Amino acid sequence: MDQHLRIELSKQGILTTTLQDLYNWGRKSSVWPMTFGLACCAIEMIATTMARYDLARFGAEVFRASPRQADLMIISGTITKKMAPQVVRLYNQMPEPKYVIAMGACAISGGPFKQGYNVLKGIDRYIPVDVHIPGCPPRPEALIHAFMTLQKKIEEQHLTGADRPRHLNPAEPSEFLVPGCGEHDLEPPYNPEVWPIFKVIGQ
Amino acid sequence: MILEQIKSDAEAAVPGCRLQIIQNGSPSAQDSLLIDNQHAVAVATLLRDHPDYLLDYCSNATGLDWLDAETSQKVKAPKVIDGVEQEIEEVQKTLIPGYLEAVYHLYSMTSKHGPVILRLRTTNRTDAVHLPSLTPVWRSAEFQEREIFDLYGIVFDGHPDLRRILMWDGFTDYPMRKDYVEPDDYEYEPTAHDDVLKKARTHISPES
Repeated sequence: MDQHLRIELSKQGILTTTLQDLYNWGRKSSVWPMTFGLACCAIEMIATTMARYDLARFGAEVFRASPRQADLMIISGTITKKMAPQVVRLYNQMPEPKYVIAMGACAISGGPFKQGYNVLKGIDRYIPVDVHIPGCPPRPEALIHAFMTLQKKIEEQHLTGADRPRHLNPAEPSEFLVPGCGEHDLEPPYNPEVWPIFKVIGQ
Repeated sequence: MILEQIKSDAEAAVPGCRLQIIQNGSPSAQDSLLIDNQHAVAVATLLRDHPDYLLDYCSNATGLDWLDAETSQKVKAPKVIDGVEQEIEEVQKTLIPGYLEAVYHLYSMTSKHGPVILRLRTTNRTDAVHLPSLTPVWRSAEFQEREIFDLYGIVFDGHPDLRRILMWDGFTDYPMRKDYVEPDDYEYEPTAHDDVLKKARTHISPES
């Protein structure tokens, strides 16, 4: 619809919208995160939901204790290799549309434990991540910023076309490979369908 | 010195036990008591129940890994060279075989003293890695002995529930051992340097 016509109509008291706008507005305004914390970042996440920072302003006050009722998984903290299969399994149990915020240095890369034997070097090795937040831990403002970034991302999604979101494309997977605990490491160490190996420039 | 007193008391009470005081030359000067494996539980029980010590609290149990070590010593030996007897310095090398060690820090809550440090040593690092468990004496050692078993591979005989505690059950390595080789998951290292750079390079294909 033409923007000028829409503005003109709204001046006359006629509200117009599109199905896409309504659908995206509805989804972005009630993103329900899962009650799920992994390490110290979870403390910041809890602080974000409390009165001072009040994540409820963004429609995300309902932390659901079941993955079946949650839309958003906030990976808040260190993912040990022992915990990684459970994290992926919880993500698989969430219904579409579902989103992931990787919160903090550990969740996005392994952080200070990157070269350790027991810590996964970033959850994006196994599941697709929508927003990464750096920081150790990120402040509640950073989590709110990530949340607003996610809302903007949802708002800009097209319902049709090649760039439509995953949950509207039957060809795209909804569940991802759960890694197994091998004798020395997780098997496989990353999911090549989700995590293409990046080229390191300058080497 | 209390350790010498403990040593003589224990040797009197537990016949056949061999105790050795390990000196600590660092400023902390926390000397420790090495106990032989056969009499460890008897000596530990004595330390807990003896009215002079009453070491009723095991605050910490940890593991150590000692690799094979070589010590070299210069020895003057007479040798005949070209018909003339000369004294020649020779370097004698002795191999100290490696072993694993469990260390216990004991305190007395009743008498308000401590710590007394106990050490137990395995015969080697490969097949004879059994030690007696002190969990029957101090209950607080249970999870810490499990952790030592998990990360160092010391098998504690007499432990009520010896399973891995931090790593998963199918894991076969002992990560805190000095010869542990970590899994190679260096596929993506954005700011690699030194050893990490060497490991990351093996993942970079030549055409990329």
